[in-house]
Amino acid sequence: MNFTLKVWRQGGPDTAGRFETYQAKDIQGEMSFLEMLDVVNEDLITGGHEPIDFDSDCREGICGMCSLVVNGIPHGGQKGTTVCQLHMRSFEDGQTITIEPWRAKAFPVLKDLVVDRTAFDRVIQSGGYISVNTGGAPDANATPIAKIDADYAFDAATCIGCGACVAACKNSSAMLFVGAKVTHLNVLPQGHPERFTRAVNMVEAMDSEGFGACTVTGACAAVCPKEIPLDVISKLNKDYALGVLKGVGV
Amino acid sequence: MKALMAFFRTSVGKKLLMAVTGFLLYGFVVVHLIGNLQIFTGQESLNHYAHFLKSKPLVLWAFRLGLLAIVVLHIKTAIGLSLENKRARGNDPYDNPSNNGSSFASRSMALSGLVILAFIIFHLLHFTGGVIFPDHYAMKDSEGLHDVFGMVVEGFSIWWVSAFYIISMVLLCLHLSHGLSALFQSVGLRNSKYKPLIDKFALVSWVVIFVGNIAIPISILLGFVDLPK
Repeated sequence: MNFTLKVWRQGGPDTAGRFETYQAKDIQGEMSFLEMLDVVNEDLITGGHEPIDFDSDCREGICGMCSLVVNGIPHGGQKGTTVCQLHMRSFEDGQTITIEPWRAKAFPVLKDLVVDRTAFDRVIQSGGYISVNTGGAPDANATPIAKIDADYAFDAATCIGCGACVAACKNSSAMLFVGAKVTHLNVLPQGHPERFTRAVNMVEAMDSEGFGACTVTGACAAVCPKEIPLDVISKLNKDYALGVLKGVGV
Repeated sequence: MKALMAFFRTSVGKKLLMAVTGFLLYGFVVVHLIGNLQIFTGQESLNHYAHFLKSKPLVLWAFRLGLLAIVVLHIKTAIGLSLENKRARGNDPYDNPSNNGSSFASRSMALSGLVILAFIIFHLLHFTGGVIFPDHYAMKDSEGLHDVFGMVVEGFSIWWVSAFYIISMVLLCLHLSHGLSALFQSVGLRNSKYKPLIDKFALVSWVVIFVGNIAIPISILLGFVDLPK
């Protein structure tokens, strides 16, 4: 298979970016999107050109590093799939493919397709944890948790923090990410004591990083590779409102 | 008190304000519709209803000022959020952005809101202030009461007044079709179990509001509702 790639190239955070066109030749349908880029990069390197920078790590859809907007859709539009798990057979031979980085004020481009997502780390530091004494591991089943709560928490915990929700949102809102983290901890007994401070502090941190507000368009949940539902945003809104009413924060 | 100010400061707090004020405005639209539908029960009943509302100036003005405060809060918060959201998006647009499954209504709340605001100003100048057609506003019925019935019939007999009204109702209902469901999300009451029910409430609400409101100018234009000969 052959493709024409229209790739965003940007030298650094403070330089202006532009699109460059490349040819991807002799690509096999079994290759993942990132393997296709590896082939293109090998050609660029042997030709004495600067390769295309992009993030990747596990390449099995669980780490949250890969972050490409393919033809205007974060992770390329295959439902519940990270771009590293997107295979070239899902494209048509000869197709032109546009590849861009996540675009949001809070995710500045570092180089080409690599963006700085440390804003998410700072949001996590503000409340995405539970405060417990260290020591021996507690006995399994010592704390009973209803199946319905365990399932809900686990569904929320599948969030890999890739930031596709921010990239897809017309407001660059991080509500799906923050909602997933708050829900994952707040529905479990271990996270229960700090649930209101967690919601309030994480919303404050999210705002100060420059993410936008949620207008409930549902674009985030549509592109989420882990299919996190909008429910988690509702849960975040509720715990935040109750937290403020209880006088948490300030 | 200081803690509660978070509702005016943070993104989630401001969305909560949008939801609460939006729901109150929806309530006003419903009450307003019920009052207006009395045009179909005749000149006497509508004019008596209007006379009754205006006979308690203290209550009337308390209601009007409260409503104004809600509208101002809704619009002011919306402008603040829109600017913040634009800033969060940054200056680099996607080459060929996808809507990622979002509805047209959800993406055009600011636009539909602005048209509704323009309509409200026109509507108030027309029917409440009597500025646009003072001769319609000055009409009196046989009992000597302010002739609201006659004023509405004369007003909607002008084709462009009715056309602007109907277009505004389309945009109001576009606004409601998203807002009435999304507001439950913003206050944390919507989840996948309740969403189908909430969506039905939004659908029934906007359809009733749309049909009820446009029935008035259409009936007047078609001559079903007319001044007594």
